[in-house]
Amino acid sequence: MNGADTAWILTSTALVLFMTLPGLALFYAGLVRAQNVLSVLMNCFAIAATVSLIWFFAAYSIAFGDGNAWWGGFGKLFLSGVGFDSEAGTIPESLFFMFQMTFAIITPALIVGAFVERIHFGFVVAFSLIWVLIVYSPVVHWVWGGGFLAEMGLLDFAGGVVVHVTAGVSALVLAIMLGRRRGFPHDIQPPHAPGLTMIGASMLWVGWFGFNAGSALAADGAAGMAMTVTHISAAAGTVAWSVMELIRYRKASLVGAVTGMVAGLATITPASGSVGPIGGLVLGLAGGVVCYTVTQFVKQRLKIDDSLDVFAVHGIGGALGTILVSFFVATSLGGNGFADGMDTGSQLGVQLTGIAIVAVWSAVLTFVIATVLKMFFKFRVDEDTEAQGLDLAMHGERGYHNM
Amino acid sequence: MKFIIAIIKPHKLDDVREALAGVGIEGMTASEVKGYGRQKGQTEIYRGAEYQVSFIPKVKVEIAVDDSAVDAAVEAIRTSANTEKIGDGKIFVLNLESAVRVRTGETGSAAL
Repeated sequence: MNGADTAWILTSTALVLFMTLPGLALFYAGLVRAQNVLSVLMNCFAIAATVSLIWFFAAYSIAFGDGNAWWGGFGKLFLSGVGFDSEAGTIPESLFFMFQMTFAIITPALIVGAFVERIHFGFVVAFSLIWVLIVYSPVVHWVWGGGFLAEMGLLDFAGGVVVHVTAGVSALVLAIMLGRRRGFPHDIQPPHAPGLTMIGASMLWVGWFGFNAGSALAADGAAGMAMTVTHISAAAGTVAWSVMELIRYRKASLVGAVTGMVAGLATITPASGSVGPIGGLVLGLAGGVVCYTVTQFVKQRLKIDDSLDVFAVHGIGGALGTILVSFFVATSLGGNGFADGMDTGSQLGVQLTGIAIVAVWSAVLTFVIATVLKMFFKFRVDEDTEAQGLDLAMHGERGYHNM
Repeated sequence: MKFIIAIIKPHKLDDVREALAGVGIEGMTASEVKGYGRQKGQTEIYRGAEYQVSFIPKVKVEIAVDDSAVDAAVEAIRTSANTEKIGDGKIFVLNLESAVRVRTGETGSAAL
């Protein structure tokens, strides 16, 4: 056991929980109508609480039990066998469990952005729990728990595939199944509090240091470089998105700037343990430009109401970084080098295979889970409820009393 | 007696209050309202999605004045609320049948 490593991961765990509560919750809450602000905050909060329990009960075992190449099995249900002295690498296993739990919380919370303003609360909770068990935890095992994607040599340091592709693809499927908000795309109300969105996004930026640099699972040079490339990418993503808006609309918006930052962060996530500063810069710029373009495409061409752009920003950003790491891991481009026997071509093949498998897995199972749950839970709210807002209808309270 | 309703740009409220005080108007009610006229709302862009915002925030000022003060009050509002740009608002003048001061029970012009 290493005290320095343990101290840093204790800190990182707090940072990543802070990303969801209240970071992501505020980021999303500012983007909806005032009548739905509490429902979005409550979705994130309820997911944090219930996923924590399901992670303790079973999901951690599926993800990190000994198991086989496909899943971890039930050996660690209810943290069976994990005591005060259990170790995972150089840190206590209890801490590893907690650190990974914060990832399991934020991943389904990311999906919330797809279905805001029109979904039943009960469905959100039920879906999120089953999704973590069936979709998320096995993918964690494949990539980080010694499963078959790890065996193939997939590079996904902090969750470009595990977190962002799973959440982004599932969000797109749910958005299509649920249908557009009334009035989408031209007659919906604009974000009610972009200031809240900026505050939440800023917490995400800070929290991401724990997400990426914490994924080194050590207080060492890998963590330091992960933090460096993470920050450079966030900054570059912000600049890239803002420049795209300046070219297109002659104005750089706050909502655009913070969205570009998140795009830069999602893009660097899978690569943050492999690339150097130049890689961080290029990935951030690419994330800003590509995610901006896909955001426009999904809304305006496909007319899909993935309301808060989970697929375009997280799914595409995570996949883009997972692809680009094949190039920027090379020592000639400042990275820490390929594994033995790998080169850009073979690494790219592995990366694309990993993305494809996880994307199909997430899409198909999200469709199946939602189809089954629709039989037992109300899925979409009725028209009156949607018009009046979910805060009063779902939770019996209001975010603002002067309305 | 007349009742004057003025719809003005929110940031002109202080100017209007000072101008009315300057012509001896000693009370008013102001409220935040939303509306549109020829300005026809505005377009806002978030993440590339354009939102048509039809109702724009305005302030509604309501005052009750004696007949002799109507012209001066209307002119004071018109000049102080004017930015010479579209969306400056409207002034409506209505007949006012009666007025009562709650504390004393005075009626008519004495209650204003």
